[in-house]
Amino acid sequence: MADKKMPDMKRRPRLQDPGKVIKRLLGYLKGYRVRFILVLICIVVSAAASAISAMFIQIVIDNYITPLLGSNNPNFTDLLKMLLIMGVIFIIGALSGLAYNRIMVTISQGIQKKIRDELFSHMQTLPIKYFDTHSHGDIMSRYTNDIDTLRQMMSMSLPMMFSSAVTILTVFVTMVSLNIYLTLFVLIFVGIMLFITKKIASGSAVNFVAQQKELGDVNGYIEEMINGQKVVKVFCHEELSKEEFDKKNEALCKSATAANTYANILMPIMNNLGNLQYVLIAMVGGALSIFGFSPITAGVIGAFLGLSKNFSRPFSEISQQLNAVIMALAGAERIFELMDEESEQDEGYVTLVNAKYDRDDNIVESEERTEMWAWKHPHGDGTVTYTKLCGDIVMKEVDFGYNEEKTVLHDISLYAQPGQKVAFVGATGAGKTTITNLINRFYDIADGKIRYDGININKIKKTDLRRSLGIVLQDVHLFTGTVMENIRYGKLDATDEECIAAAQLANAHDFITMLPNGYDTVITGDGGQLSQGQCQLISIARAAVADPPVMIMDEATSSIDTRTEALVQKGMDGLMYGRTVFVIAHRLSTVQNSDVIMVLELGRIIERGTHDQLIAQKGKYYQLYTGAFELS
Amino acid sequence: MIKQLAKSIREYKLPSLLSPLFVTLEVIMEVLLPSLMADLIDKGVDKGDMDYILKTGLILAGVAFAALAFGALAGKFAAQASAGFAKNLRHDLFYKIQDYSFANIDKFSTSSLVTRLTTDITNVQNAYQMMIRVAFRAPFMMIFAMIMSFSVNAQLSWVFVAFIPFIALALGIVIKFAHPIFGRVFKTYDKLNNIVQENLHGIRVVKSFVREEHEVEKFGKISDLIYKDFSKAEKIVAFNMPVMQLSVYLCILIISWIASHQIVGGTMTTGELISMMTYVFQILMSLMFISITMVMITMSKASGDRIAEVLTEEIDLKNDAEPLTLVKDGSIVFDNVSFSYTKSMDKLCLKDISLKIKSGETVGIIGGTGSSKSTLVQLIPRLYDVTEGKITIGGEDVRRYDIEALRDSVAMVLQKNVLFSGTIKENLRWGKADATDEEIIKVCRQAQAEDFIEHMPDKYDTYIEQGGTNVSGGQRQRLCIARALLKKPKILILDDSTSAVDTKTDRMIRKAFLEEIPDTTKIIIAQRVSSVEDADKIIVLDKGMINAVGTHEELLKTNKIYQEVYYSQQKGSEENG
Repeated sequence: MADKKMPDMKRRPRLQDPGKVIKRLLGYLKGYRVRFILVLICIVVSAAASAISAMFIQIVIDNYITPLLGSNNPNFTDLLKMLLIMGVIFIIGALSGLAYNRIMVTISQGIQKKIRDELFSHMQTLPIKYFDTHSHGDIMSRYTNDIDTLRQMMSMSLPMMFSSAVTILTVFVTMVSLNIYLTLFVLIFVGIMLFITKKIASGSAVNFVAQQKELGDVNGYIEEMINGQKVVKVFCHEELSKEEFDKKNEALCKSATAANTYANILMPIMNNLGNLQYVLIAMVGGALSIFGFSPITAGVIGAFLGLSKNFSRPFSEISQQLNAVIMALAGAERIFELMDEESEQDEGYVTLVNAKYDRDDNIVESEERTEMWAWKHPHGDGTVTYTKLCGDIVMKEVDFGYNEEKTVLHDISLYAQPGQKVAFVGATGAGKTTITNLINRFYDIADGKIRYDGININKIKKTDLRRSLGIVLQDVHLFTGTVMENIRYGKLDATDEECIAAAQLANAHDFITMLPNGYDTVITGDGGQLSQGQCQLISIARAAVADPPVMIMDEATSSIDTRTEALVQKGMDGLMYGRTVFVIAHRLSTVQNSDVIMVLELGRIIERGTHDQLIAQKGKYYQLYTGAFELS
Repeated sequence: MIKQLAKSIREYKLPSLLSPLFVTLEVIMEVLLPSLMADLIDKGVDKGDMDYILKTGLILAGVAFAALAFGALAGKFAAQASAGFAKNLRHDLFYKIQDYSFANIDKFSTSSLVTRLTTDITNVQNAYQMMIRVAFRAPFMMIFAMIMSFSVNAQLSWVFVAFIPFIALALGIVIKFAHPIFGRVFKTYDKLNNIVQENLHGIRVVKSFVREEHEVEKFGKISDLIYKDFSKAEKIVAFNMPVMQLSVYLCILIISWIASHQIVGGTMTTGELISMMTYVFQILMSLMFISITMVMITMSKASGDRIAEVLTEEIDLKNDAEPLTLVKDGSIVFDNVSFSYTKSMDKLCLKDISLKIKSGETVGIIGGTGSSKSTLVQLIPRLYDVTEGKITIGGEDVRRYDIEALRDSVAMVLQKNVLFSGTIKENLRWGKADATDEEIIKVCRQAQAEDFIEHMPDKYDTYIEQGGTNVSGGQRQRLCIARALLKKPKILILDDSTSAVDTKTDRMIRKAFLEEIPDTTKIIIAQRVSSVEDADKIIVLDKGMINAVGTHEELLKTNKIYQEVYYSQQKGSEENG
């Protein structure tokens, strides 16, 4: 899954509406208004101090040193005073620099955290459909790349750009006040420098895109090969895979060299053009002063030398940062796009509450935890009725399609009573999993009705509906943490004893105690060091501890050997007494003892009945059972 | 670590040396500028000598151009050197991993190997480029600027020399305190990303258990940790700039004070003062650069360490000094074999396995989840080495064979099997690179894959997506079997390789084996009894030990485990024969 981690570098920044993004980002400054204004003031002060430092030499030479030249008894007290004042200004400048840097850290990190947290909690509210239709790598890159570019923009680019702008302004004013001709010269030269920068930058951009493409290619190849490394070894395919790798690696090296060359020559070129400018100013300034064209002193030239550098540097800084800002805004736009994604709608108002019988055998709500649950159903007329939670599920003429063009389920009707085991059998794409996705409302049906204990499930609050359903999926997802924590995921307040009991039920207890640290063994990733079958057993225990009245087992035992499966089933049957169970399996031995088996084909139920009935029918099920057809 | 990585520079040594050389030349030019400039001002501007201004100006322009050219060349060579170094490093790493044994791969896990080959290499590449450019530039700049400034005015130079230890100390303190926090933050970042990733993959679990709030809380805690640590570290780093600025400012003040006396006293010129100021900037700025590069390089140290770890990993499977290249036949003997993944005798996965398999026999292996079935067969093509005892094939210890020759004779279809992106034909040719179309069609027929391939739009040229996502599980398994058959192995091992194939097709595959490759020893691990019931012998494994060996009929009569497995699957299946 490293591709998910890999930065999505092929993406080019493209902004839809920068104004809107900026406005929204500014909205995050709300809690930091005072501090932000403070930052701006500090930046101005510190930029001013650095501008003064550039002029300083001119002032010292022209106003304090030159007048003393030739005097026999020079008086340095004025100079000393001036130096002390400057010292104070410099200290203030440095302190404001420190202040704004530190405050900015708090602001940018705070905003970042806020965005990150909002992003994650909003993501949790999105419907399953969103996750099914968007690449995980793409979502992931919003947390990594996009937030990171945002961080860089806020803590580096923005203060730098603002400070650069202030510097440009102050230096410009100073230059004009010193000498208008030299200023013009500097302006022209800076124009030329910017032009050259732009040329190089665009050449660099083209090559960077090429480099990112090749890099993606190489990394993709690496990922595929390393993930299949064991197969490579078994087939002694090492040499061939090396050969292919070398080809791709060579191509990457070429484009990387080109891209980096452009990037690397930019700085020396800018730097030395600055130096050239330096020289030219001295020459032009010298000429101006000699030919008396304009009053110019050595001090002024000296100052201009410093000023011109201070003038051109912020320009190249801004142009460099501009790219970062555009990237960051594009990232912010992508973040906001996810935040604006519509949350899962829930108009349900029927909730699940703890219940008990009062003296008249009526169900009433209970404050304390009882073993009994009930649906609390408020009606339009203000009355509230309570229905006991049993796990009775009815589907009536249900149609469904993931999109409007294609219906994948047609006219599905079924009745599942508490204590019944209902099985779905059928080929991939027959719609088995889709049915379960409808029961817990990961998706909403297009037509028909689904009732849970007689209540239309659209009226039930989604969280409560899902709480009453236990689901074990084929693709097991365990979370990083101990085995115990993973089992407890089903019921957060379960005691250790309850978790262990659930593990025993799922037949997972034996192998868990064999793990290096037993129940405290830390599982990383998606259960890496456990076998697929062991992960399934843990996920069954996780569902068992939740103790729901309805269980959905979607290929839950596909990686468990049949003998263990039989033991698990025995345990589950005990657990499932009085509950409704939906089982999806392609292994027919898994479904044989179901109360009713539904054979699905192309989204329709084509056969239904018990195992014996279906065998007697000699239909599709019989063919499957005798091995005439293949399910996969 | 550095020594290990440096081995990968190879043919890029020249650009790696040229880059610092040109950087040095660039620096010399840049350092010459201020003193020439001082001349220009003192002898030209002040004296009003236009000829001198032009002459020196042209020299100066020449120097600036030379600096530009040297700088650009340095940049070019640095790009060449670093991209080349990265290429070699990636090459070395990839090659090394190709030589890894299964045990080596297990140790690192594939995802961490991928990170090392991608992200870590990029980090090292950037650090290397920085090293041969900036890391050279800054110290040289400092040294040359120092020399120049001393030649211009030694007394003034002492002023900023006095500042250097102070700045170095300040920057050192910043690095010392900030760096460990940064290190910690990056680890926390990994945790945060891990949570996001787990939530993306497991969103159905989160939603069905209604654990959204729980996850948000978990995320919030880590997010908060990052906020705190990052703020702390960056606030320390925030001292860098102001400390530098303040030092520069103070230097300027003190120098102007002393210089003013010297100028008035006639021992110094204004031009010299201006050039001194430039040197102050150059020296202190390079100090700043040194500190930044030091931070960057130490940050990439972790990446370097991780790469070196892979490169120095000892490959635990080695070819015999004089390996045998010919496997005589497919007979296999396990002689008191014990095995542990960790090499410690108290965590044995296989205990005292002794077995004799004749060439051409069909052997079935049955056992529960975790009974070490896969481990047992993986020892045969020496994917792992036995911890104790020995395994012989064709009468010779497997460790005596050349590994490639051994694996060419032992074809194995792994449980977690993989197809690679490419056409069906390309995938099958993994088994035999120069296989003809007829050979390919033949093995596909044996593996019962011909039918569905023929029904595909591009037949044998159908493109398989990465991970084989566009074929069904059963189809994938049959393609993998065909791929293994193409090797014409002496021993064929199927590790639960027909689990997604229906029983009828399964039976036909076994029939094809029996008829078409009668001399090949066939070892079949299966969960379905029907897949092994007609084998010459069936091994029942339980908790890493052989529980029983026998034919289907024998085991059905005598072995409890076998009976249980059988009856759990075969209830009422007499009629389907």
